[in-house]
Amino acid sequence: MVEIDQQQKFQNKIDAEIKIEPKDWMPEAYRKNLIRQISQHAHSEVIGMQPEGNWITRAPSLRRKAILLAKVQDEGGHGLYLYSTAETLGITREEMINALQDGSARYASIFNYPTQTWADVGAIGWLVDGAAIVNQISLQRTSYGPYSRSMVRICKEESFHQRQGYELMLTLSRGSEAQKAMAQDSLNRFYWPSLMMFGPHDTESAHSASSMKWKVKRETNDDLRQKFIDQTAPQIEFLGLQHPDKDLKWNDEKGQFDSGEINWDEFWRVINGDGHCNRQRVQHHINAHKEGAWVREAMASYQQKKKSKAA
Amino acid sequence: MVSDMNEETKQAVLNYTIRLGDDAVVIGHRIAEWCRNAPFLEEDLALSNVALDFIGRARMFYGYAEELADDGRKEDYFAYMRDHREYQNLLIMELPRGDFAYTMVRQLLVDVFNLYYLEQLISSTDETLAAIAGKAIKETRYHLRRSHEWVLRLGLGTDESKIRAQKAVDDIWGFTHELFDLDELEQQMADAGIGVDNRSLQQDWSAKVKSILEEASLIVPEDSWKVKGGREGYHTEYLGQMLNEMQCVHRANPGLEW
Repeated sequence: MVEIDQQQKFQNKIDAEIKIEPKDWMPEAYRKNLIRQISQHAHSEVIGMQPEGNWITRAPSLRRKAILLAKVQDEGGHGLYLYSTAETLGITREEMINALQDGSARYASIFNYPTQTWADVGAIGWLVDGAAIVNQISLQRTSYGPYSRSMVRICKEESFHQRQGYELMLTLSRGSEAQKAMAQDSLNRFYWPSLMMFGPHDTESAHSASSMKWKVKRETNDDLRQKFIDQTAPQIEFLGLQHPDKDLKWNDEKGQFDSGEINWDEFWRVINGDGHCNRQRVQHHINAHKEGAWVREAMASYQQKKKSKAA
Repeated sequence: MVSDMNEETKQAVLNYTIRLGDDAVVIGHRIAEWCRNAPFLEEDLALSNVALDFIGRARMFYGYAEELADDGRKEDYFAYMRDHREYQNLLIMELPRGDFAYTMVRQLLVDVFNLYYLEQLISSTDETLAAIAGKAIKETRYHLRRSHEWVLRLGLGTDESKIRAQKAVDDIWGFTHELFDLDELEQQMADAGIGVDNRSLQQDWSAKVKSILEEASLIVPEDSWKVKGGREGYHTEYLGQMLNEMQCVHRANPGLEW
């Protein structure tokens, strides 16, 4: 009876748009769902440091090197806020990192694609951060207070990244033939995977129904994807590049673009391990973590010694 | 003021400034290699911060070099179009990042040097160099707080961290002597009140470094080996490899905007 009352109270709050805070009662499934989503989000930020980090040493100007380094650093910072946000739900960062490393927690599958050229740094900033923002703007209204507040902060930085990525693409598109070709190739490789970032169609999405009811998610995968398609089409045109979707057509009646079908086989293939970098990304995380073990131990031991000295 | 300088002085200040840019870009690059490879996420962020300070510092020095050269060579020319034989950074800056102890010990040795160096450069009669030093010294104080603290943690942490830290000190020590050399150009700049007499920094540097190493219960090595040559463009094998990587995109399509 008590449980049912609490369930009802909880849903009433959600319906009344009152944020759920860490000490409030919440259904176990809500807590689990949030931990899954927020930790996946944190892991994505952290694993996302790798593909872009791949170009820090090769950035072709000092200005770009500084911008890229600061960007990758911001991603790490987002990872930190999000780990802390997830910790408010009663899980530790160590547990989350273990889950990432043993494969039981996921990260955004987009980062399993390799960054092959310098233009990929621009395409990721523009398209991948751009897709992430569409999703995260919607998440600013998510029902869990701490998550909603971290989204507000993260969105500000992400939109800055998106502008920088787009500006990089614009510079290449207005540059030499080789630079323009590099930009086009990168757009071709990253456009479809960015559409996949919104997840499967609503009818196929495993977690959508309960997430919508609890207002963890505020808009559906397909609605968010449509927003992104609509905002990206004129941006591609402005760059003077070819749109990778040959079936893209403005639909006057709907007031939005009709677009070609995503290659869902590729989506599932990459998610399930057949991307070029799936193993590499996780292995890199494991290696850096292992190599750092003696440093973390030294730090803990030093703090311990300092404490016992003070006592 | 650049416009008041005679041609000879301008050339000398240019060469002096390029060296300072080289020091900053090379160590900045090395530290940036840690981003996504650090022992924990907070360190990824902190090391990136330090790397960003050095890259920003390089841009300020090269930006001034651009103004002094006044011949169309831009900051990226200095960073990307010169070969390792033309680079004149101090050797200690180009050593690979090694393990975390190696990076932190090198950082301590460099930070203490930068602290005393910049304290002098602030009074340079060259206003631009003095202004850059004024900004850089604030960053360096923060870098030194970090590297000091880390060397203590490593020296006093576990047996393993102590062994690694001591090995780093031993392996890097021979590269510290050239920090206090003065070649003809540097002598000229010091005499003119533009540059710093590095010899005058050695005593303070040694005292400070020794006190920190002792505090960390690490042994100060004997001065039995000395490697020199950075200011003449005579580098270790590491710099050529580092620059190959750093410059490859820029050089594949030279003369373009990025």
